[in-house]
Amino acid sequence: MFAYIVRRTAYGFAVVLGVLLLLFVLFFLYADPSEMALRAVGEKAPPEVLTQWIVNHGYDKPAIWNPEDPADTLLVEHFRRMLTFDFGRSDADDSPIAERIRRGMGPSLAVTIPIFTIGLVLGIGLALFVAYFRETYIDRMGVVLCVLGMSVSILLYIIGGQFVIGKLLRWFPISGFDPSPSVVARFLALPVLVGLAEGIGGSVRFYRTVFIEETNRDYVRTARAKGCGDGRIMARHVLRNAMIPILTRVVVSIPFLFTGSLLLESFFGIPGLGSMTVDAIQGNDFATLRAIVYIGALLFIVAQIATDIAYTWVDPRVRLE
Amino acid sequence: MESHVLSNIVVASLLAGGVLALLAARRSDLWRAAGGELLRRRPIALAVIAAFVLIALLDSVSWIGGGDPSAEGSVLALHQPRTVIDRLFPADFKERSYSAPLADFEFYDGAPLANPGAHLLGTDILGRDVLYLALKGARVALLIGGLTSLIVIPLALLMGVTAGYFGGRVDDVVFFVMSTLASIPTLLLLIALIMALGRGPVQVCVAMGVTGWVGFCRIVRGETFKLRELDYVQAARALGVSEARIIFRHILPNLMHLVVITFVLLFSGLVLSEAILSYLGIGIDGSWGQMIDQARDELARDPIIWWNLCAASAALFCLILAVNFVGDAVRDILDPRTLREKQ
Repeated sequence: MFAYIVRRTAYGFAVVLGVLLLLFVLFFLYADPSEMALRAVGEKAPPEVLTQWIVNHGYDKPAIWNPEDPADTLLVEHFRRMLTFDFGRSDADDSPIAERIRRGMGPSLAVTIPIFTIGLVLGIGLALFVAYFRETYIDRMGVVLCVLGMSVSILLYIIGGQFVIGKLLRWFPISGFDPSPSVVARFLALPVLVGLAEGIGGSVRFYRTVFIEETNRDYVRTARAKGCGDGRIMARHVLRNAMIPILTRVVVSIPFLFTGSLLLESFFGIPGLGSMTVDAIQGNDFATLRAIVYIGALLFIVAQIATDIAYTWVDPRVRLE
Repeated sequence: MESHVLSNIVVASLLAGGVLALLAARRSDLWRAAGGELLRRRPIALAVIAAFVLIALLDSVSWIGGGDPSAEGSVLALHQPRTVIDRLFPADFKERSYSAPLADFEFYDGAPLANPGAHLLGTDILGRDVLYLALKGARVALLIGGLTSLIVIPLALLMGVTAGYFGGRVDDVVFFVMSTLASIPTLLLLIALIMALGRGPVQVCVAMGVTGWVGFCRIVRGETFKLRELDYVQAARALGVSEARIIFRHILPNLMHLVVITFVLLFSGLVLSEAILSYLGIGIDGSWGQMIDQARDELARDPIIWWNLCAASAALFCLILAVNFVGDAVRDILDPRTLREKQ
């Protein structure tokens, strides 16, 4: 077990290095630093300002090989800074990136955690309900509704939600964010509702497939043969045995809680990592984008390792080799 | 060569490829049965998809000329390539700003329109006909799904079959590349790729291809592992059949059902992610996502402009819904695992 964890972590670290290498190729070799400088300071800037910007942001070193000092290259610098979480300053407005990421995580989590938990409970509950009535009209209607819900673009959910609930019904403010506990729920209600509506179709359908797959197994027939009620079979036997796919889906979506939802945050004016990413795209802020992609990947890799280890805890049949 | 001639040739060769693939599939009993079953189960959804494909094809074939030299606005028509869809509309089918569906006057300042009562779905802020724009979007949507699939499927097949068939070092390398790409959240990787590659339709499709092949490659790799151990492959190897021949005769044909399933299931996801990219300002020009994005402020106006948003959303929704329904049916029909469950 311990040896497995060590080996799995080492592989995870190798993947982190792979991600960093990919980022290096994309943002230092493919996209030229002088081009970034041009976009950041403007097309008409004098050449000395351009050079100054390149020097200030540390893009002036040789990319891969420096004959005078092999350690003094963009490649080494990139890996060193990313691995020590020293993200430096934004390419667009010189603000410290690590500081902004720290501040952005709170608002992001405030939106994503309610969506995630309510969505999980609602999704599993509805899926159990639909799977309980499998092969009936309720089941078929449920699946059709899920596919209908999945076919709508998230843009339409957001625009429609803002228009109907925010503008016509005036239940909640259309956008904005205020961290003080008394009013934060009013601002979060609409994005959370929209996020739930967008995700529920897909998750109900996924969990339904999982549950139906389980209900076709032998142990369900045995339970029924010994006189177990259908509701009890669903709640006690099927749900427990379906834990592996559920767990995979849950743990793997945890990193997205931190990086936030780009569209929800940006539309509803929530100052989290999602809107930070959108700003970075619009401002050609490569440094911020690199840091966010790296953080997202890092969290995801940690979550994957955690999933693999958690399998043994949920399902004793799984042996880690 | 002029660009519209080139694009006509590309369209013609794609069409020929599609027809050849259909003919090849018809020769096999299994594929013919699956096709018949699909047609029986999802006639409406298939008809909807066929309509979108037809519109996209009509919008891809273009040639110069055909305008009436005396008519106003046809100067453009005489010198620029126009597609069949372009030719369905008059060359000067424009207003100055918003007009409601079938209106005779402009929406806000009440000036008389150049084409009163002719805009079935109204016009947008620049006075362009919304029906025309919505029809044009079909080509972009199919381009996103089609071009990306043309990148994803060969790449995933190549990598997956090589890794699964040869195993060992090759497999380790492919698996590492897959893990690396899969560990970056999809939307972030997509954004990073487009930011680095630059903006444009081909770049967007390449970026979507790079992010999309991993999932399919994993399936292909697993399936190849299984196929490699089957008796007939072992027998072929014992008889001294070359590796290449085994792969092309025995492995690839047995992966084709996965290709079809993946293609259909991938498609709707790609078109929906393009809508998100459009909002972020890195999408493809002329897509429905871009129309929805442009329409988002129009609901805040007073009185509101609803036709632009509704037209683009309805077109997007119909295509995705039809593809999703067909995708489910295709998976049920072709995937033996679900068949086993049903017995």
